[in-house]
Amino acid sequence: MENVKLFLQFAKGSVLTVVRGNVTYYAWLGLLLLVIAAGLVAYGNQAAHGLITSNMRDQVSWGFYIGNFAFLVGVAAAAVVLVVPAYVYNWGPLREVVLFGELLSVAAIVMCMLFVTVDVGRPEFIWHLMPVAGTPNFPHSLLTWDILVLNGYFAINWFIVTYILFMAFTGRKYNPNLVMPIIFLSIPFAIGIHTVTAFLFMGVKSRPFWHTAILAPRFIASAFCSGPALLFLIFLTVRRFGRLTIPDAALYKIGELLAYAMAVNLFFLGTEVFTEFYSQTSHTAHSRYQWFGSHGVTGIAVYTWLAFTCNVTALVIFMVPILRQSMPLLAAGCVFAFSGVFIEKGMGLLLPGQTPDMLGEVYAYGPSLNEVLVGAGIWAIGALLFTLMVKVASAITRGEFRYSPTPDHRAPARGF
Amino acid sequence: MTASDRDREAKPSTGGSESADASRRGFLKGAATIGVGALSGVPTAAKALEFDIEDFFRKNFRELSDEELEAVLRRVEEKYSNRYGKQVTVSANGPMEGVVFGYGLDVSRCVGCRQCVYACVDENNQSRDPEIHWIRVLEFEREAVLRGINLEDGNPYYEPDQVPQEGKFYLPVACQHCEDSPCSQVCPTGATWQEPDGIVVIDYDWCIGCRYCMAACPYGARHFNWGEPNVPAEEINPNMHIIGNTPRPRGVVEKCTFCIQRTREGRYPACVEACPVGARKFGNLLDPESEIRYLMENKRTFVLKSELETKPKFFYFYGSSVTR
Repeated sequence: MENVKLFLQFAKGSVLTVVRGNVTYYAWLGLLLLVIAAGLVAYGNQAAHGLITSNMRDQVSWGFYIGNFAFLVGVAAAAVVLVVPAYVYNWGPLREVVLFGELLSVAAIVMCMLFVTVDVGRPEFIWHLMPVAGTPNFPHSLLTWDILVLNGYFAINWFIVTYILFMAFTGRKYNPNLVMPIIFLSIPFAIGIHTVTAFLFMGVKSRPFWHTAILAPRFIASAFCSGPALLFLIFLTVRRFGRLTIPDAALYKIGELLAYAMAVNLFFLGTEVFTEFYSQTSHTAHSRYQWFGSHGVTGIAVYTWLAFTCNVTALVIFMVPILRQSMPLLAAGCVFAFSGVFIEKGMGLLLPGQTPDMLGEVYAYGPSLNEVLVGAGIWAIGALLFTLMVKVASAITRGEFRYSPTPDHRAPARGF
Repeated sequence: MTASDRDREAKPSTGGSESADASRRGFLKGAATIGVGALSGVPTAAKALEFDIEDFFRKNFRELSDEELEAVLRRVEEKYSNRYGKQVTVSANGPMEGVVFGYGLDVSRCVGCRQCVYACVDENNQSRDPEIHWIRVLEFEREAVLRGINLEDGNPYYEPDQVPQEGKFYLPVACQHCEDSPCSQVCPTGATWQEPDGIVVIDYDWCIGCRYCMAACPYGARHFNWGEPNVPAEEINPNMHIIGNTPRPRGVVEKCTFCIQRTREGRYPACVEACPVGARKFGNLLDPESEIRYLMENKRTFVLKSELETKPKFFYFYGSSVTR
């Protein structure tokens, strides 16, 4: 009963915390709300006219939305990756920032679910997927698996962050016997959500570009680049605007991790490229489209080379010690890594996989403005959710928002 | 046969009227204009009034009891009779005992006239705008085919003055009704499945429009209703089957059903009847006396993408050694 009362205070305090802020904070929220509004209008347009408002057609029936989905599952998975060194190897500096990884996961999964929802033709019938009410085609359809693990992963992360923050709020130390098993469970789950998402594509035997065993390892490797890179950039921002102490050591640690991840990611890409182009079978048509374009359509190739250049540049920055020790360069490397993986794993996976189409046609898909706006709206929703959660988390960490029967509100929370 | 024999322009299925243009667009360049917003496209009042709570909460077709199915059929009949202003009959005829359907297509005879494409559109109430075609005819250079059929060499957008064109080879493709159908395997809601007579069907009211089946289908046979499907009332075929040619809602996937509304009554599919050169054959694979069995046993047959082991029941064959 005591806990319920405390939790209600915690919830109330959280709301009060997120509505208070300085000008920069309000400006940021205003910007996000503006983008969300634009996204809603665009989605209204799609809801009224159908997915014909997108540039997807029968030839390329999955595009920008599913590309973002695949990418964000990676972000969600990799944000938790920092949990491994932090808890298993007890790397002190990282430990304090693990919470942000969990928060990012929560926001990323929400975005994943939204991207899938906007992609389906009849979202009002999504309950057909649910057990009891609907008829989920489990275990045959990998999509049902994906829904299962994504929801499980969401629940785990949501629980961990809420519990840890709540305990910090009450000034108590969290119970490691409760938290540690769940944190350990979240690690295989993180790998699991991304593997299952890769299987979603790998299971399609009629699309050789996806039907390759290296896809799941590539997914994981690239996720280990994009997730920590995004976290790195978020830490820099939070440190600047959130008045939160995040030690340099933690950031350099992430840079080190990124060096390994990007090297492995590019190595996997190399094995793929070798297999495709050394053999030159008819299946190579998709890779040819990806790297050089075909039938006069070369737009995608520009993006492919751009992504490749981004990833290689990032690798160089992460690998060379002099470069790596410069914080601005490291940040630039993270921007490169994030952008490179975003292209490579979003549209770079979806479009060549479906082009040429099943009957050999080359349809030059690029998202419509409406699709881009809907997508931007979803990213803004994710960013808003993340901002609000970080606001609460950092207020608790700084000891500004904390339940205490004594008037000492400034003492840092012990539990965090 | 000349082009004037055909009452319509020979245009292939694009799943959306903008496709042909769109394929010429550059990557990321094709920005669609946004409408005024949510309110600009509210469906017509007539369609809005069709909303039925019972329809909305209807069970998966395969879970309907006999009574529930009967009620659904009557509701659908009423709905479409009202919408199109003529008496519509909707059946749910089940598979016949001892029948598994198979299809044969004589590639040495096909002249690429697309009569089958339009007969199919008429019979199965495919949307006219946006245009959906269940059959797609590919035109190849005969020389290219000498190296083996590489679908990338095919052109679905050929528009000749007359057919057949010298030096060309035609390959019509529609749903191959695979025995191990990848589409039904991946469907997350169990909205598409194979019937005992081998027909792969879709429950249009159960499909959520995720398009995973389209990603999985090796033959590009599945088509999505990207926009509001539109069939003029005077062109509607009122003889409907609930999992066959009933008009589809927006946002669901559709495809060839071997004309389930006809074939389960012992009639030929519309494309077989429409083919002016007799290139299309249809019959019961379990009947040793059937024409399809004769062809399979006596002609050189092949299936598309046999390496995928989906076991299509759509067989291509060379009926004669001399083409046409």
